[in-house]
Amino acid sequence: MLLGGGVALALLWAPEDADQGPSQRIFYIHVPVALTAYACFGWAAWKALRLLWVRDQRYDLESYVAVHLGVIFGILTLVTGSIWARVSWGVWWSWGEQQLVLFLILFLFYSAYFMLRFSLDPGPARASICAVYALFGVVLIPISFLAIRLAENFIHPVVFTRDGPQMSDSMFFTFVVCLGGMLALAAALYTNELLGKRLDARIRELREALS
Amino acid sequence: MSTGEKYLAGAYAVLLVVVLAYVAIIALKLQRMERDLSELAELARRRREEAAA
Repeated sequence: MLLGGGVALALLWAPEDADQGPSQRIFYIHVPVALTAYACFGWAAWKALRLLWVRDQRYDLESYVAVHLGVIFGILTLVTGSIWARVSWGVWWSWGEQQLVLFLILFLFYSAYFMLRFSLDPGPARASICAVYALFGVVLIPISFLAIRLAENFIHPVVFTRDGPQMSDSMFFTFVVCLGGMLALAAALYTNELLGKRLDARIRELREALS
Repeated sequence: MSTGEKYLAGAYAVLLVVVLAYVAIIALKLQRMERDLSELAELARRRREEAAA
C-alpha cells in the first residue's frame, strides 16, 4: 500500500522537473530500488557477521535470502537506471561513470555469491565461506555510494548533498514515501522467501524421516 | 505520448513485472509445498494404519 501510494504520488502529485520533464519521475523508483539493494546487501552482511560470531546456522539462510533479494533489486536498479540514462543522456550505459561501474561491480560480486554457494557441499564450512564472502562485499557499498561524490567528471546527478536534498518539499516527500514502500516490499519478500525456504527444509526432513 | 512518457512507463512496467514474477514464483513454490505436505500426510496416515493392523 505504501509503495502503491508512493507510485501514485510520483506519477500524479509530484511536480514535473523543468529540465528533464516526465522522465525525471523514474527517480522515485530508481533511487529507492538502489538504496533497497544496498540495504539488502548490508542486511546480508549483518547476518553473515552474526553467523561467524555466534555460529548459529540459521543466519546462513537469512544471509543467503538477503543476498538473493539484493541481487533482484540490483537488476531493477540497473534496468531502471539504463532506461533513465537512455532518455536523459541518450545512452543506455556509460562506462566512464564511476558510480555506474562500481554498482555493476557490486552487483556482479554478489551474483558470483551464488556460484560460490552452489559449488560447495551444504554444511558449516559452506556457511562460513559464504558469510566471509558476503562480508567482503559490503565494503563495496560505501565505495559505490560515495563514488559519485569522489568523481570529478560526471553526468550522473547528485541530489543529496551536504546542504540536504536538492529538490522541492513535495518531491522529497514523494521520494520518502517511495523509499519506505520499497523497503517494506523488500521486508515482505524477505520474510516470505525465508519462511518458504524454512518450510521446504522441514518438509525435506519429514520426507526423509517417513521414507 | 511523448518519448519521456514512454520511457517512464517502461521503467515502472519493469518494476511491476519483476515484482509480479517474484510473487508468482513464490505462489508456485507454496503450491508445491502444499502438494508435498498432502503427500506426507497421506504417507503418515498409511503408516499409522499399517502399525494399527
